[in-house]
Parts: sequence; C-alpha cells; structure tokens
Amino acid sequence: MAADNTRGIREGYLASEPGKGFIASWLLTTDHKRIGILYLFSILSFFLVGVVFGLLMRLELISRGPTIMEAHTYNAFFTLHGVIMLFLFIIPVVPSIFGNFLLPIMIGARDVAFPRLNLLSWYFYMAGALLALTTLIIGPADTGWTFYAPYSLRTGSSVSLAVFSVFVLGISSILTGLNFVVTVHRLRAPGMTWFRLPLFVWSLYATAWIQIIATPILGVNLLLVMAERFFGIGVFDPAKGGDPILYQHLFWIYSHPAVYIMVLPAMGAVSEIVPVFARRVIFGYKAIAYSSIGIAAVGSLVWGHHMFVSGFSYTAAVYFSLFTFFVAIPSAIKVYNWVGTLYKGSIVMDTPFYFVLAFIFLFSIGGLSGLILGALSVNVHLHDTYFVVAHFHYIKFGGAGFGMLAALHYWFPKISGRMYNKRVANFALVFLFIGFNTLYFPMFILGYEGMPRRYFDYLPQYVLWQHVSIVGSWILGASIFTMIGNLLVAAFRGAAAPMNPWGARTLEWQVSSPPPKENFETIPEVTRGPYDFREGA
Amino acid sequence: MSKPHDISHRDYTGAKLGMWLFLFTEFFLFFGPVLLYAVFRFRYPHAFIDASLKLDAGVGALNTVILLTSSLCMALAITAMQRGRKGLTLFLLALTVTLGSFFLVNKYFEWGAKFAHGLYPGGEALAGNADGTAIFYGLYFFTTGLHGLHVLAGMAIIIGAALMVHEGRINSTDFVKLENTGLYWHLVDVVWIFLFPVFYLVR
Repeated sequence: MAADNTRGIREGYLASEPGKGFIASWLLTTDHKRIGILYLFSILSFFLVGVVFGLLMRLELISRGPTIMEAHTYNAFFTLHGVIMLFLFIIPVVPSIFGNFLLPIMIGARDVAFPRLNLLSWYFYMAGALLALTTLIIGPADTGWTFYAPYSLRTGSSVSLAVFSVFVLGISSILTGLNFVVTVHRLRAPGMTWFRLPLFVWSLYATAWIQIIATPILGVNLLLVMAERFFGIGVFDPAKGGDPILYQHLFWIYSHPAVYIMVLPAMGAVSEIVPVFARRVIFGYKAIAYSSIGIAAVGSLVWGHHMFVSGFSYTAAVYFSLFTFFVAIPSAIKVYNWVGTLYKGSIVMDTPFYFVLAFIFLFSIGGLSGLILGALSVNVHLHDTYFVVAHFHYIKFGGAGFGMLAALHYWFPKISGRMYNKRVANFALVFLFIGFNTLYFPMFILGYEGMPRRYFDYLPQYVLWQHVSIVGSWILGASIFTMIGNLLVAAFRGAAAPMNPWGARTLEWQVSSPPPKENFETIPEVTRGPYDFREGA
Repeated sequence: MSKPHDISHRDYTGAKLGMWLFLFTEFFLFFGPVLLYAVFRFRYPHAFIDASLKLDAGVGALNTVILLTSSLCMALAITAMQRGRKGLTLFLLALTVTLGSFFLVNKYFEWGAKFAHGLYPGGEALAGNADGTAIFYGLYFFTTGLHGLHVLAGMAIIIGAALMVHEGRINSTDFVKLENTGLYWHLVDVVWIFLFPVFYLVR
C-alpha cells in the first residue's frame, strides 16, 4: 500500500537538493518552507514535553499530601510547564510554523524578506529552548513562569539561566516579527492589495507588530532580574529602596500583549477555515482585519488587570478594568463575524471545520470568564485561584491551541503533500474536546470555591472536582498523542493529497501539494479577493 | 517604485525598513530602565539629585562630543562610499571605531573612580542604603553598562563592514549594509544623547 501511496506525490520543496547532504539541506536552508518544518518538529516536540509535565502535575494531586513528588519538585514542574508551554510552544507555534510556511505563498512571494535572518531566528529559538531545558538538569527554577520579584531574586534555583533562555527566545520572536512586517510591506504580488490579503496574513501582521513593540520590554526586564541576581542593583529589591511591583508592571506590559501574540494568529487561521467550509465570502472582512489591529492596540493597554491585588492605585485599577472590558469588543466582533459567515452558507462538514467549531465554543467560554475576572470586585475573590487557571487554559489551549490544531489539520495536506486519516482525527478531536472540558471546567468550580493555584496540596472538600479534573487530563493526554501519532503516520505513509482538497481560493492552494521550491513558476497577478467562491471566479 | 519579486534582487527599501524596525526594538530596550528612572526619581527626588551631582559631568560631556564626532565620521564614510572613494571610507570607519574606543576608555576611568569610592551595587558606600542612592547607582551602572555593550557591538559591526568594504562586497553601487551599520551607530549615539542629561545634568 505504502508504495502505491507514494506514487503520484510531487516532492516539491521536500525533494533532496543536489550537492547538499540531507542534514545540511535542512539545517542550512533558507527556504521559508523548510524553516517552517524545522519549527514544526522542534515546537511540537517541546509541546509534548510540556504536556508530560502537565500530566504529572495533575497526577501528583490524585491524593492529598506528597504522592509522586515533593512540594519543591511540584514548583519546578509548574514553572517549566509554564515556560515551555508559553515561550516554547504557544507564542511561536502559529507564526513560526504556519506563518513561515504560508505567509510568503499567501501573498504571492518566493520567500520572506530576509531568508537568512529567518534561519537565524530558528537557531535563536533552539538555543533558548535548550537553555530552558538545561535548567531542568542543574536545578530548575521554582518561581512560576512569571519570575516575580523579590522571590526570583533570592531563590537558589537557576532563575538566571531560565530568564536568559526567555531573553534569547525573545530575540527569535522579534526577528520573526520584523521579517513578517517587512515581507508584508514589500513582497506582495502585483494586485495583492491590503484588502485582498487573506485574513491569516492580517493577523500575522498585527501579531508581528506586538512582537516587535512588546518583546524588548520583557527582554530588558529579564536583564534587570539577572543584574539583580549577579550584582544586586536594587531596583526590584525593597531592602535597597527598590520596588517589586515595578517588576510586575514591566513583565505584564509585555506578557499581556503576548496573550494576543498567542491567540491572534490562531484566530487568523480560523478566519481562513470558516469561509472555505461555508463556501461563501467571509462576513465582515474589514471588521475582522481591523479588529486584529484593535486587539493589538487595546490589548497593549490592559496589563494592570494582572495586578489588581498587588497594591496599586484604585484609579489605575478602574482604568485597567475598563480597558479590559473594551478588549472584549474586537474579540466578539470576530466571533460574530465567523458565526455570521456560517449563516446561509453551504456548509461542508470536514475535519478542520470540526476543530474550528470546538475553537469557537471553547474560546467563547474563555473570553466570557475573562470578563468575570476583569470585574474588580469579583477579581479580589478569584485572584490566583483555579478559576484563573481554567480561564487562561480555555483561552490559550481552547483558543490558541485548538486554533493551531485546526490550522495543522487544514494545511497538513499542503505542507506534507499527504492526507491524514480523517476518522482517527475526528475521534481524537471528540475525545480531546471531552477531555479538555473534563480537565478544565472543574477548575472554574474549584476556583470559585477558593482553591488557590500553584498549591501541591488541597483541603478535603476539593477532592471530588480534583479527581474529575485528573481523569480529564488522562483523556486529554491520550487524545493528543493519538492526534499527533495520526499525523506522523500520515506524514510518511499517507495517501497523496490533491492540490486543493478543501476547495479554498487563497493562493497557497493554487500551487501543488507540497509547494514547489520557488513557490510559483511566475509570480501570480491577483485580481480578486481571497474568499471569492463564485463559479468561474 | 518597482517591487522586489525576485529574492536575489536587492531590496534597499526593505533592508532599511527592517533595520528601522530593529532600531525601534533597541529603543524600547532602553525605554525600560529610563522608565524605572522616572518612577524612582519621582519617589526619591533629593537622593537622585545628590547622587547625580557626584557624577562627573565634564567626562560625560567629553564622551558626548566623542560620540557625536564619531557619528559624523560614520556619516562621512557613507558619503565617501557613495562617491566610490574606498580608501577614504576605510580611513573614516577606522576613525569611527577609534573614537568609539576612546568613549569606552573614558567610561572605564569614570566607572573606576566610582568603584574606588565604593559607589557600586553592593559597595561599602551604598551598603544598607535604602533612601534611593543605591537605586540611582544601580540604574546608572545598568543603563550605561547596557549602552557600553551596544558601543562594543557597534564597533564590531563597523569593523565587519570595513572588511566588506575592503573585499568590495560593499561598494559604490551596493552600500545598504554600510548605511544600516551607520544607522546602528547613530542609534548608539542617540541613546547616549538621552542618557547623558538623564543621569548627569537633570537637577
């Protein structure tokens, strides 16, 4: 069977390059598609490591008191789980994998503006990732992924190395963002006007700006933590007249916009998938495009809502709460437009579309619970409880993560030239959805009842929901491994995928699967919008 | 303006745009400590003025002149390259790097004097200090240190560019790399133009 399947697959950019060894043809490549594949394998590997940490943390809570690890190990685990999932996985995943692979093709270019810089970004990513994993060996940080001062200044664990790894990952993120902005400005094909750009490109463009503007603030903040630890410069140390709250400000000035770095590209992918499976032009193209920019702009002004109980002025708290509610507007515009697109569409039910439906459902729960947390009085009760944990997992995993999985199942045939087993993918999705809700929904209840986050032990009244949540983590873990296993099998043994299996109209589906090395024989002349499904269009 | 579709084609506008975006990120990097300076100055106004008076504004002014002159040399080097005068370009680049090293030598003596008086984080003059003086010197050393690293990086980049001029990879028809090198050096200069009054002059 396998031999038959292989026949008919055009190798495209995957073909071996004459005069170059296999390793050199990958590790020294400047082809944006190959760099996308490098990111694909590295990011998904680190993701699975993060999943294992998460599963072990849940397992520790199966009985009260120390079960499989001590409290300190648990602290190290939630720190590494956070660092890996945020900095190694969810921030880079969609821009670095799908952005790299698809952005140039979608705008009708042969590559990004700076191909060598693009490869350098991957090396920065790998260096940062390996440094982060090195801390695992030499005594992992136990501060949580936020590295809050003053504890991060005093703990004996390897905080310096951990923050340096995040600094290096930040460089990678900045360079990728910079590359995308210049690419979108300079390399659009003739006729590819700004309002003919696929919405995925718009979301990558908005994301790239946040990466450029916000990341340096985090970078210098982390350098300050290192300077504090090595030299004791005192700015975050109350004993020297410093102020740890300033650390939180500088941290969240980046890290709140970073939430939108995570979720915007996933929303962009959803905006691609919805019109294709509804077979009609997207409802409110400009509204979706502008709402990406709106989220990027307003999202940069709400960082204080992480600090409502840190002790800053009530005036500031009211302001930050108000703007937090404002972010809901552009987010809701997107959701309404996706649903509006489905209305009276000729809906084709297929695997990527199921992922999108799961995304819309979970993201809506995440977004609405965010409004609950954004209200000042309620926040005092729910701050630093499981409710927050549930909220951000619904946003980051249910939103960004499911959006990423939708993108993976949508573009997989284009990237690999092969089709996966849709039945297995659908079953894995159903169980992932069940597992996800079983795992995280009880956390809303636990948090409402007062269970604090990051504790490795709990009171007897929380036993029931903790156990439900742990069972959910097993379902979720099993379905993730099934899903990725299914794709891995398909990548090597799957049947040949046609050029345009979903009937999409964007440019990447007008080239072969997998795309040829130069993307286009001649640069296309664009004469229509990206979601024009009329016959003969 | 023609659009650059062929990736082998040189896109000057794109290269410049990328460089400017990168300079923005560098600017934001320095924005962090300057923001902290503003907050702490508001909180400890007297300690900050007293500590600032102990800095040597004369050396600071001399360093400002040195950096501004080096930026002039850099700009002249680019013009010389555009006119195809390779020897003059190399001479001016060498002058730029030399002036950059003068800046660092001055910095070395300036820092050394502060160390001799125990005015450094953890030093005897600042031990147990919580009235803002320690914070001032903490920020001073951090920010000027970070700037010093940028001067070093800038010098390395200029030397790299000079080698490319020497090999002819930067020439009178393809000099965008030299222009971007110049932009980076001007950024190093501009950051200092802000840091100098902030730490030495504002009373």
